[in-house]
Order: sequence, then structure tokens, then C-alpha cells
Amino acid sequence: MSLLSVEGIYGGYGDVDILNGVNIHVDPGEIVVIIGPNGAGKSTAMKAVFGLVKVREGRIVYQDKPITNLRPDQVVKSGICYVPQENNVFPTLTVQENLEMGAFIRNDDYSADLKKVYELFPVLHEKRRQQAGALSGGQRQMVAMGRALMLDPKLILLDEPTAGLAPAIVDLMFENIKKINGLGVSILMVEQNAKQALAMSHRGYVLTTGRNRFEDTGKNLLANREVAEMFLGG
Amino acid sequence: MIDFLQLTIYGIVLGSIISLGAVGLSLIYGILRFPHFAHGDLFTLGAYMAFVVVVFFNVPVLVALPFGVALTALVAVAIDQTVYRRLRKVKPVILLIASVGIALILRSVIQLVWGSGNRVYEAGIQMPHLWMGLRIQNDHLIIVGGTILLVIALHLFLQKTKVGKAMRAMSDNSDLAQVTGIDVNRIIIWTWIIGGGLAAVAGIFLAMDTRLHPVMGWRLLLPVFAAAILGGIGRPYGAIAGGIIIGLVQEYSTPFLSPAYKPAIAFALMILVLIVRPTGIFVGRKV
Ligand SMILES: Nc1ncnc2c1ncn2[C@@H]1O[C@H](COP(=O)(O)OP(=O)(O)OP(=O)(O)O)[C@@H](O)[C@H]1O
Ligand SMILES: [Mg+2]
Repeated sequence: MSLLSVEGIYGGYGDVDILNGVNIHVDPGEIVVIIGPNGAGKSTAMKAVFGLVKVREGRIVYQDKPITNLRPDQVVKSGICYVPQENNVFPTLTVQENLEMGAFIRNDDYSADLKKVYELFPVLHEKRRQQAGALSGGQRQMVAMGRALMLDPKLILLDEPTAGLAPAIVDLMFENIKKINGLGVSILMVEQNAKQALAMSHRGYVLTTGRNRFEDTGKNLLANREVAEMFLGG
Repeated sequence: MIDFLQLTIYGIVLGSIISLGAVGLSLIYGILRFPHFAHGDLFTLGAYMAFVVVVFFNVPVLVALPFGVALTALVAVAIDQTVYRRLRKVKPVILLIASVGIALILRSVIQLVWGSGNRVYEAGIQMPHLWMGLRIQNDHLIIVGGTILLVIALHLFLQKTKVGKAMRAMSDNSDLAQVTGIDVNRIIIWTWIIGGGLAAVAGIFLAMDTRLHPVMGWRLLLPVFAAAILGGIGRPYGAIAGGIIIGLVQEYSTPFLSPAYKPAIAFALMILVLIVRPTGIFVGRKV
């Protein structure tokens, strides 16, 4: 049984469809990566899952329940968290307050999850009283992921978690993503560092012009000559 | 020197009143992204709501104050949920114009019910305390003391409570707040309770210091905007400082200019800030 399954969705921001029949599924425990050229609709596909883009046709199912076109806060309540591509921290809130906002919908004691996030990202504990806007790019990305983890979700959507980071930090982020996955959290992410992302993922999708172009295990996609030539820079 | 100190006292009193309005205006701008032109008329509404309680139950204005605040907050929330809520996705200029409409409606209703004359909470003249040659009235102490208490309470609310933190989060990035699962409408309601409530206090304080009149709040709207802009609109803490500065500058101008020009001073200062430092006079990161 799939945790998430996106079945033939069409939709976009206005009259023109950006998504032209996208199919994606994530099984429990998987890391799934979406790659593709700029403007292919990768971010749009994620936004569609999160109710930020209207789905005109097709359906989205999470844990056997339809979540097509639910409001973002309803999607959060169903157990999915989303880390957008840009502006993904509250800059004037402290690191700790950012994490607390992740737990906004919870009324129980979330201190155990806060501790878990600080164990995963010790540097955040060190900087917990600093404004998130003052952190480095990599640390901000950790805050954003940490905020998503505060709900103890089964699935996290990450939109380009390594965009704009220095190579050494990119490696660290991928390590972090593996660690999060190790906690039993499934991950669906969009990545530009395609080779590294495919190497660490269970499965991958190549999206072009809002359609599935290729779909295979990470290893097979890396070995596929056509994929390598077109999307992995040879 | 004594004159200067006396003007300083008047300036701080006026500045306190302006601050209470500006802080709400700034919060509303930060969260809903539009300049709320009916804010001045919420002052007026608050003042008259308290007046009703004063007259009806024959109580001092300070006893009536919480009722005036609660009623005004309720009206502010009702206006938001019936009018502004339908306009959340439109351009800010549409909301701005809608709020001008609300301002006119509020003022007309007040005029219709209470007439266009002056009213006072308490007849008679208060004798000021004389202290080292300065005249200080009881009401002035209440206004400044009350403002300090409210600012401290607001600070604690914004820094310590879940709703207060969520308000700051929404003001930072409302799209992110939404995908984080923050109940955006609930936070907006709280914003109106606080913004409307503080406006009512400002109106009641203004009426204690002067008198009730249907355009009392509208007349103060310009200095209140000037204060919010001076402090960097969307930043409540800046608005408080901006309010005190505007109040002081307006009073300091009175020996040189006719008091009728007081709002012009605020306006000039606002234009100056918009040209020279549109992010407000306080150092801070533009986000
Ligand atoms: N908010 C928006 N309103 C209208 N059109 C949009 C919006 N966001 C994206 N688009 C358009 O939708 C198309 C797909 O954009 P999308 O952001 O999904 O691409 P992407 O695959 O994530 O690209 P990138 O690698 O650059 O992040 C593009 O043509 C883009 O111009
Ligand atoms: Mg994208």
C-alpha cells in the first residue's frame, strides 16, 4: 500500500495547466526524488499535494484517504509536512519559536519532539535564541526541516533542500535527510543536485513539462544513458 | 525651561494616545497587509461605547473602559468577518478603499445616534497638581500609566503566548504560516481584538483628555499613520516609539505654529520619513 499516491493530476495557477497528468507514489519508509528541468512543474506538483494549487483532474490519496484540494492546514492535520523551496523560515522569530510554530496545531506536550530535533541538529540548540533570519543558508534549511519534524509526520515534502548551499553543506544536508528517513519518516523531495539525490534515494521520477518522463529506482535512473545525457549533465 | 518641560508632558500624553493607535495599525498592517483607514473611527467608537456605559450605569469612565474596549473589539471582529474577510485575496488597495467606506459608515452611525455636538464623560474642570512649577492632571497620569501597562502586556502577549508568536510568524510570512498549519483566521480575529481594543483605549483616553466628538478619531488618524510609518509599518515596537516622537514633536511645535497645524507637522514628518527612510527610522532588517 502506498503512503501517498498522486494519480494523473492536471492543474495550474490560472487557465493554463502546468501539470499534465503527473503520477507519483511514495511507499512507507521511502526516499523518493523528483528531478527535471527548470519550470517542469516540480514545485507545482508538491504544491498540488499541499492544496496550494488547484487540482482540476485526477486525485491525490494519502493513507487511503482522498486529500485532493484540501486546504493546507487540513493537509498538515492529516500528517504531511511541507518545506517550501524559498522563504521557509520565519526570519524575525527565534530558532526555538520557529520550531514551536511547527507544533502549532498540537495541544499536547511536544517537548520530546523538540528534544529530538535538537539532537538531530545540535547547532540549532546552540542558536535556539537567535533570530532564524540571521542564520546561514544551511542552518535555515535545518530550521525549516526541524519545524516540519515537530508534528512527527509520516511524510515530509522537501522542495530543493540543498539549493544555494556550499558543496560541503550539501553533503551534510543529504546526510541529515538520510537521518530523518532513518527515524521512519518517508521523504518526497525535489532536487537539482540530481546525481547525489538519486544515489541516496529509493526511487526517482523525471518530470518534464508537467508529465512523467522517466520513473525507476535511483540506481537505474543514474545508469540510464538518456537520463544521464539530458538531466545529469552527461 | 519650565515651558519646555510642560510641553514634554503634553507631548508624552498625546504620544501615548497616538502610540496605542499606531501599534494596532501596525499589527493589522503586518498581518493583513493593508492600511486600515477606519482605525481612527474605532477610536471614536470606543470613546462613545464607554460614554454609553458611563451615562447608563452612572459609573466613572475607568469602570466603563473595559466595556467600551470589549464592545469595540467585538465590532472590529464583526467588521472583519463580514467585510474584510471576503476581500482577503484581492489587492490591498481594494481593502484600503473598503476601510475608508467603513470609516464613513462608523462616523455616520455615531453622528446619527449621538449627534454632532461635543460630549464629556464628567462635567467640571479637573484641578491639576502643581509639581515643581509643572501642571500635571490626574488624567494625564492615568493615560501615561495605562499606556505603559498596556505596552508591557502586549509585549508579554507577543513574546510569550502561542497566539502572539503566531501573530509575529504571520507578519513575517503568512504563506508559510498557512502551510505550517497555523489557523490563519483565528490569528486574524485575535489581531482585530487587540488592534480594536487598543484603539478603543486610545479613544477613551483622548476623550478624557479633551472631549467626545464624532470626528475626534478621524482627526487623529494622520498622526497615528505618521507614527506607524516612522516606526516602520508592520513593526509594533517601532510604532510605540513613533507615537511618542510624533506626540512630542506636535506639542513642541505649538509655541511656533498655531495648534491647528499640529497634524501638518505629523504629516510633514511622515512624508520626510517616506522619502528618506521608507523602512522607518529605526534600524532593522527589511524582510
Ligand atoms: N505562483 C505562480 N503563478 C503562476 N505561474 C507560476 C507560479 N509558480 C510557478 N509558475 C509557473 O509554473 C511553471 C512550473 O513552475 P514550477 O515552479 O513548478 O517549476 P519547477 O519545476 O519547480 O522549476 P525550478 O526548478 O525552477 O524550481 C513555470 O512555467 C512557472 O513560470
Ligand atoms: Mg521549483
